[in-house]
Amino acid sequence: MNIRQIKAETVTATVKKLFMDCNYYIGKDIMEALTTACEKESSPVGKSVLSQIIENDKIAASEQIPLCQDTGMAILFVEYGDKVVIEDGSFNDAVNEGVRQAYADGYLRKSVVSDPVFDRVNTKDNTPAIIHTTIVSGDKIKITAGGKGFGSENMSAIKMLTPSYGIEGVKQFILDTVRNAGPNPCPPIVVGVGIGGTFERAAQLAKKATFRPINTHNEDVRYAELEDEMLEEINKMGFGPAGLGGNTTAIGVNVETSPTHIAGMPVAVNICCHAARHASAEI
Amino acid sequence: MVKKINLPITDEDIKDLKAGDSVLLTGTILTGRDAAHKRLFELIEQGKELPVDIKGELIYYVGPAPAKPGYAVGPAGPTSSYRMDKYAPSLLDLGLKGMIGKGARNQAVIDSIVKNKCVYLVAIGGAAALIAKSIKAEEMLCYEDLGTEAIRRYTVEDFPCIVAIDSEGNNVYETEPPKYRK
Repeated sequence: MNIRQIKAETVTATVKKLFMDCNYYIGKDIMEALTTACEKESSPVGKSVLSQIIENDKIAASEQIPLCQDTGMAILFVEYGDKVVIEDGSFNDAVNEGVRQAYADGYLRKSVVSDPVFDRVNTKDNTPAIIHTTIVSGDKIKITAGGKGFGSENMSAIKMLTPSYGIEGVKQFILDTVRNAGPNPCPPIVVGVGIGGTFERAAQLAKKATFRPINTHNEDVRYAELEDEMLEEINKMGFGPAGLGGNTTAIGVNVETSPTHIAGMPVAVNICCHAARHASAEI
Repeated sequence: MVKKINLPITDEDIKDLKAGDSVLLTGTILTGRDAAHKRLFELIEQGKELPVDIKGELIYYVGPAPAKPGYAVGPAGPTSSYRMDKYAPSLLDLGLKGMIGKGARNQAVIDSIVKNKCVYLVAIGGAAALIAKSIKAEEMLCYEDLGTEAIRRYTVEDFPCIVAIDSEGNNVYETEPPKYRK
């Protein structure tokens, strides 16, 4: 395979469009799940909340305005083909320029501060983006991008479970994390679970899991069953839409796994609000 | 039943609001979230005067997105209230009448709501585009350097919210979920 040259501006334009699109248009999977939940919800308040969320998401799409004011930190999962060369600049700079343009031209909120503890000064362009890059073979770049709000991000947790905890330990940690989050992360939520790898890999997998459509399952039937069981258990908690009571606390649980160490079984639970925003493109 | 309230909110209005009530607010409210609260709190601790009069007001925990041309405000849904728990009792003691946010509050805030006869309202998290329809105008009051976190005055018309914690301390986050727990 020959080396393929891609212009930095092509990367920038693609990233810009992805962040604007994901903030205006909720995914079909989420809209379908919200609609089904609204039909099934037994709490009158919960039903009303769900119908307002659906109406909100329709307004955002038709007027091309952000569906939530927290347009998030910009996160990208990139599969970068090893035959690709960026013609006139660096890939990371091109990505950040795309984020900068999307958040300025798309009327998205700038929510990033430069220093986490002392200065906390807004960078005013929502950069830097969080870029997770995997080198793959090929001559294409595949980008999945999403804006992540922190109302739900703050409710996430990771635990270094050890092998003897087994599947029951995994389940308990998932449910404990969701229970502790309670009404705060804008339910109905999408729960991303990363199991295995190392400390940081588990967290990354959990985030990746929230980017997977909620109408899909893990390919391993055992984890697919775990997804279904956890969704059912979470919806027995009663928090309901907006945490005001009801049967719809979550609309999806996605699990991603990785090989891990003989001594370990890390589990990360990344909670996402009902505005689970992501979009993909291939260059 | 939906209760319509013309702002500024009165003590009688507050007394009449019960946890779980749907409310439509018309009038003006203040906005403020993490960074603005931190600054107000530091001024209170130093015994200094606040740059904005909070007496009799409601404060909306919001950091709006920018307004697109032709819009009065950008999408403006509530942010999680618990992050303001550390600061809220001091503001209520100074005469703030209530807060609009989302999610649970700690016991200190609930106690302060009861003590000061205030109210905690919630708007629907993530319904920012819809909520913005009821915000007709905005005015920058202070802390403009904080960008989205600046303190503004919103003029609202039938702004939809729900009473989460009333002046007697009744709390929907405590009473409602157990009804649906299995």
